[in-house]
Amino acid sequence: MMPLLTTKGLSRSFGGLRAVDGVDFALMPGEIRAVIGPNGAGKTTFVSLVSGRIQPSSGMIVFDGADITNLPAYARVRLGVAYTFQITSVFANLSAYDNVALPVQRTLTDGRSKGAVHTGVMAALERTGLADRADMPAGQLSYGHQRLLEVAMGLALKPRLLILDEPTQGLADSEIDNFIELVREIADSATVLLIEHNMPVVMRLADRITVFNAGRILAEGTPEQIRANAAVQDAYLGTTHG
Amino acid sequence: MKDASPAKPYALHLGVIALLFGLSFVLPEYHHGLLARIMVLAVFAMGYNLLFGYVGLLSLGHAMFFSAGLYGAGLAVIHLGWSVPAAFAAGLACGALLALVIGLLALRTSGVAFMIVTMMFAQVFYLVILYFAAWTGGDQGMVVPQPMRVLVLGSTSLDLTNPTVRYMSALALFSIVLLISLAIVRSGYGRVLVAIRENEERTKMLGYDTFSNKLAAVVISGSICAASGAAYALLFGYVGSSFASVQYSILPLLWVLLGGAATTLGPLIGTLFMYYVIDVASGYTSAYLLIVGIALILLVLFFPRGILGSIRQRWLGWLP
Repeated sequence: MMPLLTTKGLSRSFGGLRAVDGVDFALMPGEIRAVIGPNGAGKTTFVSLVSGRIQPSSGMIVFDGADITNLPAYARVRLGVAYTFQITSVFANLSAYDNVALPVQRTLTDGRSKGAVHTGVMAALERTGLADRADMPAGQLSYGHQRLLEVAMGLALKPRLLILDEPTQGLADSEIDNFIELVREIADSATVLLIEHNMPVVMRLADRITVFNAGRILAEGTPEQIRANAAVQDAYLGTTHG
Repeated sequence: MKDASPAKPYALHLGVIALLFGLSFVLPEYHHGLLARIMVLAVFAMGYNLLFGYVGLLSLGHAMFFSAGLYGAGLAVIHLGWSVPAAFAAGLACGALLALVIGLLALRTSGVAFMIVTMMFAQVFYLVILYFAAWTGGDQGMVVPQPMRVLVLGSTSLDLTNPTVRYMSALALFSIVLLISLAIVRSGYGRVLVAIRENEERTKMLGYDTFSNKLAAVVISGSICAASGAAYALLFGYVGSSFASVQYSILPLLWVLLGGAATTLGPLIGTLFMYYVIDVASGYTSAYLLIVGIALILLVLFFPRGILGSIRQRWLGWLP
């Protein structure tokens, strides 16, 4: 099977700092992949390069067989690469409905979905349990609901690759269980690339885990392999849990 | 912005148009003429509001789009002897083309730099008008001769200098632009414009090419302002360089802020309010600008979102 996403020698420097340093990465269609690593390991920079929010210093990104290295972010979204933000950035002054209507009408314009805006919006809101709050300004939703709205917006883009940057940050334990269910549902129709600090969530969700350290891939494997990996324990688990 | 029932906003806007139509038959001559002028300038304010209110781009150069319409139409009539509809179209085309070029250049900047760049382009436009005084009349301006200001439609000819014809022409333009604005802000495109105002980076990550969307907004805004300028030349017969000065870039900003940015009827309310405050105040004292200033300060204190903006916030959430 051909990977959905591959990067070859992907690098990005900020001044003298090599935030992402020659990363070769492959992601198979349909998998849930977690990216973990200590703070400053380059995880967010890496997914920002994939989504097109920042440009690489060198290297190449291939999505579904096509070189997308030089495509602007909005064009990648239209190909099916959706990114949900680490820091919640819903449109606070717009209603939850309008927040989701924006991605829905985009996919309609691109011909990637059919039907009326209203149907698509309500479907995404119902899937995330926000349907009864459709008319509320997004800024007045609770933090957990704003995170869910963020996911609803990602879903409404009909992504083939959904990048979730620390989606459970700030969620209560009860909300996290629902969230894991939601991500599993999403993975039925899309590939999920997840940056996550909450290790129990990672272990429950991920098919495979990629460990970043100092801008490079330190290890990659199933949750069991990663748990048993001595280098990972030194670099990451050791520093946060020891 | 919601997909709620569209009946109320449309009823309100059609009601305002009907009210303005009715006023034509009851207003005394002076106020009749003033209101015709206010409607044409409210179109200018609506064009400005589309860019400033909805997209959040503060331009200090919109006088150039108004005067592109003004001179585009005026020069076509005076030097080329074009008919009224052709001259109006010429003014509109000049504004649209100018807006496209200025938009391509100025949208490379944002924020304060955008304000400065648009203002500089407008100053260049103003100085170009003064430089080509042989054609434009320089700082004296030009008067469009009365015989040229006749709109021939088949067998009927309408004299645009006749007060009723002038009022109805102004109302027709105002109504068309008002309904276009309403349709734009209630459309998916309007939603994207507001999203760009609220968070451009996020809007890009939803798959929108924000540069193209902003460029389209600049062109629509510039075209509406040019339509206002072209109508001004043809209805009131004066084409002057003062309309290209920086004062006429700031006035639409004031009108929109007063009436309520990002409200469809705010530009009319703001223009109306400002004209009448000046009108009433100058009847009492020669220091009328002092009164205007105090009125502005009071408004900002008590209606920080403009008249309609505050009404929407406090009482009528459905106002478009």
